[in-house]
Amino acid sequence: MKKSVNQLIFATGVLVVWEGLALLKLWPPYVFPTPRGVAESFWAGFADHSILIGIAVSLRRVAIGYGISVVLGILLGILLTWSRFLQDTLGGVILSLQSLPSICWVPLALLWFGLSETAIIFVTVMGSMLAVTQATKAGFDNVPRILSMAGRNLGAKGPQLFWHVLLPASMPYLVDGLKQGWAFAWRSLIQGEMLYVTLGLGQLLVAGRDLNDINQVVVVMVLIAGIGYAVDGILFRRLETSLRGKWGTTIAAAN
Amino acid sequence: MTNYVLDLISRSIAGGRVLPEHEELPERVKPNKDAPADTPLHAPPVSQKESIALSGVFRSYANSRGSFTPALQNIDLEIEQGEFVCIVGPSGCGKSTLLHLLAGLDRPTSGQVIVDGSPVQGPGTDRILLFQELGLFPWLTVRQNVEFGLKMAGVSRDERKERARVFLRMVHLSHFEDHYIHQLSGGMKQRVALARSLALRPKILLMDEPFAALDAQTRDMLHDELERLWKENSPTIVFVTHNVREAVRLGDRVLLMSFRPGRIKSQFQVTLPRPRHVEDADVAYLSKEILGQLREEIDRSFNAEYSREEKR
Repeated sequence: MKKSVNQLIFATGVLVVWEGLALLKLWPPYVFPTPRGVAESFWAGFADHSILIGIAVSLRRVAIGYGISVVLGILLGILLTWSRFLQDTLGGVILSLQSLPSICWVPLALLWFGLSETAIIFVTVMGSMLAVTQATKAGFDNVPRILSMAGRNLGAKGPQLFWHVLLPASMPYLVDGLKQGWAFAWRSLIQGEMLYVTLGLGQLLVAGRDLNDINQVVVVMVLIAGIGYAVDGILFRRLETSLRGKWGTTIAAAN
Repeated sequence: MTNYVLDLISRSIAGGRVLPEHEELPERVKPNKDAPADTPLHAPPVSQKESIALSGVFRSYANSRGSFTPALQNIDLEIEQGEFVCIVGPSGCGKSTLLHLLAGLDRPTSGQVIVDGSPVQGPGTDRILLFQELGLFPWLTVRQNVEFGLKMAGVSRDERKERARVFLRMVHLSHFEDHYIHQLSGGMKQRVALARSLALRPKILLMDEPFAALDAQTRDMLHDELERLWKENSPTIVFVTHNVREAVRLGDRVLLMSFRPGRIKSQFQVTLPRPRHVEDADVAYLSKEILGQLREEIDRSFNAEYSREEKR
């Protein structure tokens, strides 16, 4: 309760200061958006469906891209843990590719797939998959040896050991990686959408700039941040709370 | 097919790291130079129904200088079915290594480990090791932890629940069955681990300093429980401890191990009538004798540590 009161006070404060600054007219209106202008732009966007279409298209893309990157990322992480050879070779490549901003994949994607849906999903996957891979590998690498020994000692072998000991034991890392992967996927998608014109929030953002409509720019930015936050909450907050409930606050010291 | 792949993965994650050194042996200990000549052992009574037989068991670990540090040297040991054997020794004498060998979580460098007539090939639920570090699963509740081994063995849900409850009642944790591990105190965790091991009704129970972290009252209570359980189901128990009185309180036989490399230095048959108590005068008297010999080994371990410090 206290938290939401604080948040309400903060939001009101921001609006009041913002409106105050706008009323002072220190800057021309095409440089400094006003609360009213932003609200109107928001409304207009809903009225002509451009915002809803943008959200739907972007969410569909990120769902596909993130889905692929989770599946491939986890598989790759398992492969890396499994094979010493892959770990020695591909491990370094993956680390170096992770330092590549996802926008760097755009030229390659365009050359390979053209101005298509596939290209943008490719960029999303490349932007987020490796984070999932790294976390998966870290998760398995950090399974305390005593836990796998205890599992074997109590009769778990092969697949049982994997499903009932190794996988749950690496969960804290895995959830972290999935969360990070989500943030990367969403960012990469928007970046990609900004570079060439199709539907989607990234394109709406660029359109705002092209039309010199600062209100639309702000509206779309707020939407992008808000959706990123909301999806994170829907996907991960409960999972994290449940993990913390089981493992205790200090996961490493749980044993 | 999937199972095969998962099996490979599990082995690479878990199995690959089973063998490396788990006792942190110091690098500069010279193997075996100043070790005393082998003390002759009282030959244990020849029996048809021995449960555990080790012959000529050596175990050494590669150290960081590329040579090998011996952890166990020439262990010959026979343990009868249903016998309660306690092992005492200074830290670093390879007590835990010995249990790991018996549990099949480690393999001897040379020599044979035979359980019930056949060589140990790997872990098996006929032998359950109660780890010093416990190894409880933090993502499972207390009861799910106790049920774990039964679940792996394919016991039905209802029966698992039933059996877990029996053992939880025994260790006085009935009210905590839905708690998670991090919500328990150290002593409670210890009791969960005990219940988890017992739930499988192993023929051989291997215990690695299981009660070391407990307060005296809880320990007394668990001594009684363990003894009662042993009388009822007569599993073979190999119980490692650094507490000599505890060893004399519980064991039919107490083995004293020497400091690195670990060897069985001497053995003591404990013929005192049961039930015993740690405070009993007879227990204290026998403990004193064993403790005298243990002191020598502890001194040697201190000297080894000390000279290591000096060389730095």
